[in-house]
Amino acid sequence: MNAQFWLIQAFNGVSYGALLFLLGAGLSLIFGVMRIVNLAHGAYFLWGGYIALSVIWATGSWALSLPLAALAVAVLGLLMERLFLRPLGFDPLRQVLLTVGFAYLFQQGALDIWGGNNFEIDPPDVLEHSVTVGGVYFPLYRVFMIATALVIGIAIWLAMEKTRIGAAVRATVDDAQMARGVGIDTNRISMLIFALGAFLAALGGVIGGGFLGVYPGLDFEILPLAFAVVIIGGMGSLGGAAIGAMLVGLADNFGKALFPELSYFTLYAPMVLILAIRPTGLFGRE
Amino acid sequence: MSQRAKVITVVAVLLALAYIIPHSGPYVMLLATRALVFAILAMSVDLLLGFAGMASLGQAAYFSVGAYLTAILATKYQFGLGWDFWLVVVLAMLLGAATAAFFGLFAVRASGVYFLMITLALGQCVWGLAYRWNSLTNGDNGINVSTRPNFGFDLSNEQTFFFLVFAFFSVTLAALYVLVRSPFGRSLEGIRERELRMKILGYNTWLHKYIAFIIAGAIGGLSGVLWAFTNGLVSPDTVVLTTSVDALLMVVLGGAGTLVGGAIGSAIVFGLREYLSTLVPWWQYVLGGVYVLTILYLPMGLMGIPARLRQWRAPASGSSELAPAES
Repeated sequence: MNAQFWLIQAFNGVSYGALLFLLGAGLSLIFGVMRIVNLAHGAYFLWGGYIALSVIWATGSWALSLPLAALAVAVLGLLMERLFLRPLGFDPLRQVLLTVGFAYLFQQGALDIWGGNNFEIDPPDVLEHSVTVGGVYFPLYRVFMIATALVIGIAIWLAMEKTRIGAAVRATVDDAQMARGVGIDTNRISMLIFALGAFLAALGGVIGGGFLGVYPGLDFEILPLAFAVVIIGGMGSLGGAAIGAMLVGLADNFGKALFPELSYFTLYAPMVLILAIRPTGLFGRE
Repeated sequence: MSQRAKVITVVAVLLALAYIIPHSGPYVMLLATRALVFAILAMSVDLLLGFAGMASLGQAAYFSVGAYLTAILATKYQFGLGWDFWLVVVLAMLLGAATAAFFGLFAVRASGVYFLMITLALGQCVWGLAYRWNSLTNGDNGINVSTRPNFGFDLSNEQTFFFLVFAFFSVTLAALYVLVRSPFGRSLEGIRERELRMKILGYNTWLHKYIAFIIAGAIGGLSGVLWAFTNGLVSPDTVVLTTSVDALLMVVLGGAGTLVGGAIGSAIVFGLREYLSTLVPWWQYVLGGVYVLTILYLPMGLMGIPARLRQWRAPASGSSELAPAES
């Protein structure tokens, strides 16, 4: 175990964290605005990967599959929010339970449409290479993952901090009732955020398809990791999701490398500890 | 229906089932046995969700603690295959309770969606251990429990085993019924409706919820023992998130806060999953569809249908009957 080992594991952890950030950021924002946890979020991730596969099979273009899959799943999320979650009014428990039902429906739908085989999404040749820095190989694809998460994270952060609609979202997260009182259309905000969350999750699914693969059951495998991200970071906080994603990515990688027998335990136990000390997560607000 | 009439109805239905199911062939009996085991787990979820207003997504943890204990004792130590089966039942309930007592320290002080997420995380801790702690749990392959206990009654006989599970179910149902009708259960309902008011009235609401959480853990452990012998295989699939989700789904489907609702939900889920799946390939859509429609239109679950019908007949009154459980 030399410096190289630590460097590679840290790099792998951070790149995995970048993927988890895409997944967790949406989950966290949705919670912030609507006070619900979307248990169908793992299904968005999976559907993103599957739809991208279909696009690639039809057009042969990986670059095209990224936006198309993300947009398609965003529309799915939008419809789910408009047609089923919204009519329940403000009733978080029932809404959460409803998302469970959708998680099942999406799971079955994916199985029917794409079958039970395991797929890989092959990235374009450009990203298949590695760069060598100081004798250590860094796969370009993982560099791309980190870069994508960075760009998207900064874009969302700027939108939240600098634009009018971003201010409206922040106001809704802080106090939805007050936000409504000063004339913010929280209804539209939650629609927007839900679609954005689905968009990000699907994007994560496409990118994750390059090294996790796309297969039945992935949705319920990835969901707890997304939960870990938002629990550690704190619900409704973008910065929290970023920190949480890095911590989970690193804990997962080092756990698997150092304590294989306890690897998942090393992932979830720190989360429980953080909760014991700070029930709202590191950056969450009550 | 008065409380007395309800109890008589449930007892009558149980007696009828105890007669009908063994006469319906081995397949139905197998299905019923599985459904009853999950009904016990579902009732433990209902104690939390329906009476204390705590939506647990980690009940598979206690279920699997019981199942793994049973499997490890049976395969490594040949323990629990005779009269000591009853000792295993007690041990599993104690271990389930102890696990819940530990987890509860983290989970119980959270409420609503936070509680749901923390219980999920704790459930995943157990899953991670089951999946990776190869020397104890045999990892992904799981543990085969090939022999069932024989203590005068030979449980490898499916009918005998069905009656045993049936008896455990009935006793659990009765015990939980007594519990939720007791002052303790009433306080839990009070906490579900208005925790702050209960606090002001001087109740230690945390302790009430904590005790309920531990009891639910013990019952989860019990259902795990039965599952180990029903299924014959204990693997990480037992602990997986979908088991917790299933248990919660059953309760919501049947009706939270009714106890028997969980059993009805379990029967429907197993019925649809095992029976319908042999007839049509799109059975899971039916399950998902039924579930979504139930949440949208029947906040009280299928057990709420009579109240719903009464409400239709007398639209002006009776709306208070339908007050859904607050989160």
